[in-house]
Amino acid sequence: MSLSEEQIDRYSRHIILSDVGVEGQEKILSGKVLIIGAGGLGAPAALYLAAAGVGTIGLVDDGLVELSNLQRQVIHFTPDVGKPKVLSAKEKIAEINPEVKVTTYQERAYSGNIAKIIQDYDFIIDGTDNFPAKFLINDACVLGAKPFSHGGILRFEGQAMTYLPKEACYRCIFGAPPPKNAVPTCSQAGILGAVAGMLGTIQAAEALRFLIAKGELLVNRLLIFDALRMSFRQVTFKRNPHCPICGENPSIKQLIDEELPACDLKKK
Amino acid sequence: MKIKVNGKEREINGSSISLAELLKREKVENPEMVSVQLNNEFVDKVKLAGVYLKQADEVDFLYFMGGGSLNGSV
Repeated sequence: MSLSEEQIDRYSRHIILSDVGVEGQEKILSGKVLIIGAGGLGAPAALYLAAAGVGTIGLVDDGLVELSNLQRQVIHFTPDVGKPKVLSAKEKIAEINPEVKVTTYQERAYSGNIAKIIQDYDFIIDGTDNFPAKFLINDACVLGAKPFSHGGILRFEGQAMTYLPKEACYRCIFGAPPPKNAVPTCSQAGILGAVAGMLGTIQAAEALRFLIAKGELLVNRLLIFDALRMSFRQVTFKRNPHCPICGENPSIKQLIDEELPACDLKKK
Repeated sequence: MKIKVNGKEREINGSSISLAELLKREKVENPEMVSVQLNNEFVDKVKLAGVYLKQADEVDFLYFMGGGSLNGSV
């Protein structure tokens, strides 16, 4: 692949970075990134990946844009309310960067479809908000040997880690979803929109650094930040020998759908 | 004795305490929502009451974080 003059212009601020250069930009242009959840995390991630010129962006989401999404899901605009999120996101990506190929999956990721969807991608971004989906993405990526970025947010806090095959996974830390009665109720939850933006942007940066193979990813460490005090820290960890999927005696050998806690503020 | 909790120094006066007791003292409201690491090793939740802290131990609480709502994408 050789870059056109227009591409050299469009991506010039990447190309002048010594860790990116023409070679790195070419890797980005041929990269394939899947974003599961076109919401608070997936929206900023998709915007930055599109602007960066990621060759193929896959979007998985079965939801429609709602008014209450617009406070943080910055790829969706007011006239998009009622539109499928994957379609709304695809339209914005096309406007930001018509070079990007977008593949949409207007469905919910579950044990029956996720393995097939992820197989075409180099890197997966977990932009989901519920524990069954987060564990499912982890399991599918461990079993399918695919790198992915985990992101979690709550109120003013965020956390992120990146999984690479043979390194520590999400279940190494958390084992299994918390019991249903322990998960904060919807009224205790909530999220500052900008916190979702910070985390989704961190996830996009992980994906881009994975594609250009430069720097150190958030592998075997969990980045945690508290935006109320704007303090960041990281906790290192290693593979857990008791991990139910990548440990010494794994109990999970095929994909399972963990149970989703019943809680919905919205009337459906 | 001195230990570190989430990277910050804590002084524990008197006799040693268990990880379960530390969670209470640190006002972790919901222990089910936290994964505990002691000196870079994860501790099984069912063992928290039986593991006692010693001088210079480093403990980290890693919280489950999903999203701002509980259904669909974030």
